Amino acid sequence: MDIIYTIWLRNMKRYIRSKSRIIGSISMPLFFLLFLGFGLNSVVQLPGLGGNYIVFLIPGMVAMSVLFTSVFSGIQIIWDKQFGFLKETLVAPVSRLEIMLGQTLGGATTAVLQGFMILVLSVFIGLHILSLTGFLLAFMFMALIGISFTAFGIAIASRMEDMTGFQLIMNFVVFPIFGLSGALFPISSLPAWVGPVTLLDPLTYGVEGIRYGLTGVSQVNPLACFAVIGSFALVMTVLGAFLFRKIKF
Amino acid sequence: MHTRYATMRSVLTVQASKLPEEHPMQGKGSHYMAVAIQIRNLTRRFNDLVAVDNISFDIDHGEIFGLLGPNGAGKTTTLSMLSTMLKPTSGSATINGIDIEQDEDGVRKSIGIVFQDQSLDEELTAWENMDFHGRLYRIPADIRKQRITELLNLVELEDRKNDIVKTFSGGMRRRLEIARGLLHHPSVLFLDEPTLGLDPQTRNHLWQYIATLAKEKGITIILTTHYMDEADRLCNRIAIIDHGKIIALDTPKNLKDGIGGDVVTIKSPDPAAIVAVLTEPWITRTEKHKDEVNISLQNAEQHISAIVTLLTTHQVSIESIAIHKPTLEDVFLSFTGKTIREEEADHKTNMRMYQRRVRH
Repeated sequence: MDIIYTIWLRNMKRYIRSKSRIIGSISMPLFFLLFLGFGLNSVVQLPGLGGNYIVFLIPGMVAMSVLFTSVFSGIQIIWDKQFGFLKETLVAPVSRLEIMLGQTLGGATTAVLQGFMILVLSVFIGLHILSLTGFLLAFMFMALIGISFTAFGIAIASRMEDMTGFQLIMNFVVFPIFGLSGALFPISSLPAWVGPVTLLDPLTYGVEGIRYGLTGVSQVNPLACFAVIGSFALVMTVLGAFLFRKIKF
Repeated sequence: MHTRYATMRSVLTVQASKLPEEHPMQGKGSHYMAVAIQIRNLTRRFNDLVAVDNISFDIDHGEIFGLLGPNGAGKTTTLSMLSTMLKPTSGSATINGIDIEQDEDGVRKSIGIVFQDQSLDEELTAWENMDFHGRLYRIPADIRKQRITELLNLVELEDRKNDIVKTFSGGMRRRLEIARGLLHHPSVLFLDEPTLGLDPQTRNHLWQYIATLAKEKGITIILTTHYMDEADRLCNRIAIIDHGKIIALDTPKNLKDGIGGDVVTIKSPDPAAIVAVLTEPWITRTEKHKDEVNISLQNAEQHISAIVTLLTTHQVSIESIAIHKPTLEDVFLSFTGKTIREEEADHKTNMRMYQRRVRH
């Protein structure tokens, strides 16, 4: 536990100091929220989903914020590799699993904090928190998304030598995961053949879970959401830990 | 400078007095081991490249041991194996009697490492880097705090402890890394090219620390370098390594003496006469060139007046006399037939060819 805390602590210190990163990763979902939300609010009809597009979009943007921050946090291991710091950690008499778990929790925490900031800002543009339970439920789903995708980032970083592949991963893996998740539009509005694809996307369940917590409506049963994103978090953590173990000095 | 050094020494004495309780290995009386590191037939291959080729030697407790050789000779690979970062292909090694393959964590606890490339977190402060390390090695909070202060004082970074490492110079970073490597009181410290890329003044300073450390804390230090003069000044013993093999291992003095002692070069219009006159028994060899003679002998400075007297009595005119003490560079040259720089150029081409082969 103490080692996990140590790694987590380092992540927190770095996070708090990187003001530009904090602002940078808030801005994107925030702009989406403002431009798409206000731009499309009057033209988009969402029967059975509260009808208000901005409120529909908010959980999606919270999830987006968590998703991108966590993938990025996981991939940061590559920088640790390049700047030599990873060696210092790996040569210590501690298990790789502890290091990986600390890194995952650290990344997930920063991601949840980023998502939380979007959540707070959303209150000013029309979000009404329904209940504490709902809020905590949303929080839990944010944490599960955070853990899943930090571990995912670590898994990828464990196999990459430098940042050259980063853009590729972002464009061809992370962005589709985001796009197909129903963060921007109700998955029921998609053509029949895309529908099943969105249900293969683990983030769908995260987004729907947050949406259920914040707005009280979702297109997927919240228990199913929990089961899927929870299992996904577990699988990613195991995969991340497995690949992280194989990193060579 | 003097006062600084004095504080450094006093800090060291304080720490040295605590050593016995921190080092169960050393307190076991009859089990006290004079040998800190034992290496037997250690070999490491990378595909068809043999990076370390069947090396065997012992390093004693408290010794400063130098691994000398050109880039790519196998120094870092050897250190990587000894510090459990790389598995040997064959052979074995023990640190304080602990096998590097059977008990990795045991070895890791008893060693400190300063890597060739920087390994600090630049976004953290000096203190935080130390604290992170202390926590990783599970040093209790109160001891951790006290030791960090001691060590930051030792490397004269106490006043910069709350500054982010990004703002540190190369020398300061190196010193911080050394302090960090000592935080968990290792009994063996590995220094991989600790002075690479530092200015001469910082280098001198750093060597002073290292020498003091080894002496007062009884730490065994194994370092790699390709600065011959530094190795000469600092190390108790040196292993010259080339193409993965140990080609010579001895004290710097013995290594230098072993290649025939000093050389006195006398310039004269009549070199043949010099060869004819100088037949004393303490002269090992004379070598006539166009307008000069190279005389090999031990302890040249003691015999120089005798040489001059002999030549003057025989009325041989002397244009100039130069004494050349052999350096480790000469030792390297005599063992490999190449200077260390030529070797490095060779290694680079080899490595490039090797990498190209791997890629295709």
